[in-house]
Order: sequence, then structure tokens, then C-alpha cells
Amino acid sequence: MTNINTNDLIKGWDRNTIASKIANDLPHSSYVNLGIGMPELVSQYIKEDREIIYHSENGLLGMGPSPNENEIDLDLINAGKKPVTILPGGSFCHHADSFSMIRGGHIDYCVLGAMEISVTGDLANWSTGKGIPAVGGAMDLVAGAKNVFVMTQHLTKDRKPKLVQKCTLPLTGAGVVSRIYSDYAVLDITDNGFKVIQLNEDITIEYLQSVTDGNIYQ
Amino acid sequence: MQINKIKKDMTEILSDVFDGATIMVGGFGEAGSPIELLHGLIDKGTKDLTIIANNSGNGRVGLGALIGQRQVKKVICSFARSAKGVTFPELYNRGEIELEVVPQGTLAERIRAAGSGIPGFYTATGVGTPLAEGKEEKIFNGKKYILEEALKADFAFVKAETSDRYGNLTYNKTARNFNPIMCMAADKSLVQVKNILEPSEINPEHVITPGIFVQSLINIENPIIETNAIEEGMTYP
Repeated sequence: MTNINTNDLIKGWDRNTIASKIANDLPHSSYVNLGIGMPELVSQYIKEDREIIYHSENGLLGMGPSPNENEIDLDLINAGKKPVTILPGGSFCHHADSFSMIRGGHIDYCVLGAMEISVTGDLANWSTGKGIPAVGGAMDLVAGAKNVFVMTQHLTKDRKPKLVQKCTLPLTGAGVVSRIYSDYAVLDITDNGFKVIQLNEDITIEYLQSVTDGNIYQ
Repeated sequence: MQINKIKKDMTEILSDVFDGATIMVGGFGEAGSPIELLHGLIDKGTKDLTIIANNSGNGRVGLGALIGQRQVKKVICSFARSAKGVTFPELYNRGEIELEVVPQGTLAERIRAAGSGIPGFYTATGVGTPLAEGKEEKIFNGKKYILEEALKADFAFVKAETSDRYGNLTYNKTARNFNPIMCMAADKSLVQVKNILEPSEINPEHVITPGIFVQSLINIENPIIETNAIEEGMTYP
């Protein structure tokens, strides 16, 4: 597939809007792991009618927001190694227990970024194939969480589709993604392709298909 | 005679550590990283080490310093790319240090398995990815899994918050991370601990690592804080 002409590009939802759509879809009393970076925004948009418990894979269940400058404790960090807080009702555990929460299927939702997502739900998000290979907990999360949500721009910085027929980058997991939240649409992975759950109000289904390398239907 | 695992100094606690040893190093980034024990190893000059840790060190302090001193031939870790990493990238990009990448949960479970007498296990993590290459596959209930083997070490270097002379350990918040399971998976676990208490002062309900998993202790009351050390431009030695 050729690159998309920049002049034709339509500006989609901003990242805060995408985050609020994901927040809306996380049910009350879910255990959730938010990936480092853009997915961390989701916690800011949880409505007051629900309580979500956040897991950080370095051994923290019941993670709270960033601390004030004078309350930073370098022994209390998240998976991105940034200082965080623990909420009442939270707990600490060692790494094997923390990953049992993930690998044992106890985490209800994880939200991750993506480089490529295939029409069959394969995800590539850990390696460009260059530099020092570093996987962290991404492969465990996609293999173990009950629902894997992807939060991403629809196109790469080079204006190429991220939603593809087949991933070209090294996989994080095969057939693992359940739903994609992009700036252009919310899509489910189905046997028939990418199913549009919600389309950005400024774009047409034809346009969405033109920027997606894989079958799209409504 | 009473059991007492507390050693008098760094020379004594590191006396058994040998060239070519495999050493597990606790910590997730700087939280729970046994910086003083690693500096002790730099002073001792032990070389050709294989290090098992989640990360590959920051700056030229602790694990970053040990790697920078070229005492490490191989690192087994989940994430060897950190914003403040200096020494590992230098050596890796020159092809002068070996890296085995392991998914973080698989790393933890391989360590836990070794400490529990389990030689291997099947997991869904990594199936269909480059990290599954060469690994035995097996189907359970229609789903594919790969075989991962237990990961043992000669020594574990661990940081804890409190201990008694038996080695009953507690940790501080997310500084716990890999430390308890590494104590279980190594032939000898060497622990640097901030506070040493009387056995009667530790509530048995609060012990995280029971003393059977600990061989040696050293009291480091004011350990180096990595972030501050790097900001201040500290390098070791």
C-alpha cells in the first residue's frame, strides 16, 4: 500500500478524546493495566459512577496518580519507573505474583500502544527490528489479559496504515487484540475483518478503508 | 551457638563470589537494586559474570558501573533499553556484551520455578513471536504454549528493608519486585539490608522472605539513591 497524501489527511480525534472513549468502555470494578505512554491518559477520564483498580506489573495493585513533588518516594514507582502513589485498599507483591495476575488471566483489561495490528489481531509493539531488543512485560500482557485494547494513531508518522493485512514487524503476540481505538474509529477484530463500532464524525467509511490495509465493514 | 547470617564487611560477604559466576541482581530500575553489593564486586574485580536482572543499569552507578568495568560478559533481562542507560548500550553496540531477552513475566516465572524445584513449564507468553524460536510447543485444550526452562544462579544480590539475624526479610513498597524470588533461585543469596532488628521485633505474619532463602546479610544503613547519584554526576569506582 502506498503512502497517503498528506494534503488529503483528515484530523481525527485527539488523544484525550480517544482516552475518554476507552474510559467509557471499562466497566465498574475492573482490574486494569494501562501501558506506558498514551494509555496512561485513560485513568483521567473514568466517570465517577465507577471504581477501577489499576495494576502496575512491578508489583503494585491499587496504583494512584503521580505524587506531589515533596511526596516522591523512589521505592514507589510504576512500570515506566516513574514515581506514583498507592491508594487505600492497594497492595504490594513480588514479581512472580504480579505476573501471575497477568498470566493467570486475572487482569480484565490492558490498554497498549501499537506499531502494527493485523486483521487477525496480531500485535507488533515492542521492536522496530533495530537497536537493543527490549520487551518488558508486553508479551505477558497480551497473552494473559482477558481483553487487550489498543490505543493508537490510525497512521504511522510516515502516513502508512498501522492496521494491516499482515504485520511486518516482530510480533508481541498472535491473535491477541480484541479492540482498536484510533483517532479515526473504534474497531473490533472479527473473523470478517475490522468491524467499525464507531466512526469519527468527520470521515466516511470509504475514507477509513482507504487508510486501512485490511477489510473494513460496518 | 546461635545462627547469625550477618557478615562484618563487604569483603566477608563477597568472599565466595568467583569469576564466571551467574548472579541474579534484584531491583526494577533503581527500586530494590543492591548498589553497594555491586560496588563491592567492582572493588573485588570479579569478572566474566552472567547477570540476570530486569534491566541493564543506569549511568555509571551500581549495575551500570559493573557493566562499564567490563566485568559482565552476558546479561539476561527483559528490558535493556533505559533512558539513563549508558554502559550497556556502549558495549552492546560494539558487540562486546551478550544479551538474552526474556519477557518480564517469563523471567519472573523461570526464576520462581528454579527456586521451587520446577525444571520447566509451558506458557502462552511469546507464542508466535521471535522469542519462541527454537522452543518446544505443546497444545493444551486447543491452545498453543511454549516450554520455558527454570533459571538458576550461583548468587542472588538482593536489597531489603529489614532483617533479623536469621535473614527474615521485609521490603519497601515496589522495591520488593524480583528480590524475594531471586533469594529462592540462587545457591547463595547475599542481602544488603537497611535495618537489622532483633528476631522478636519482626512480626512473623509480616515476613516476606523467610530466612531459609537467605545465606548472608550486610547492614547498609544509608544506601545510595541512584537517581540522586546520577544527577550529581557520580561514577563508580
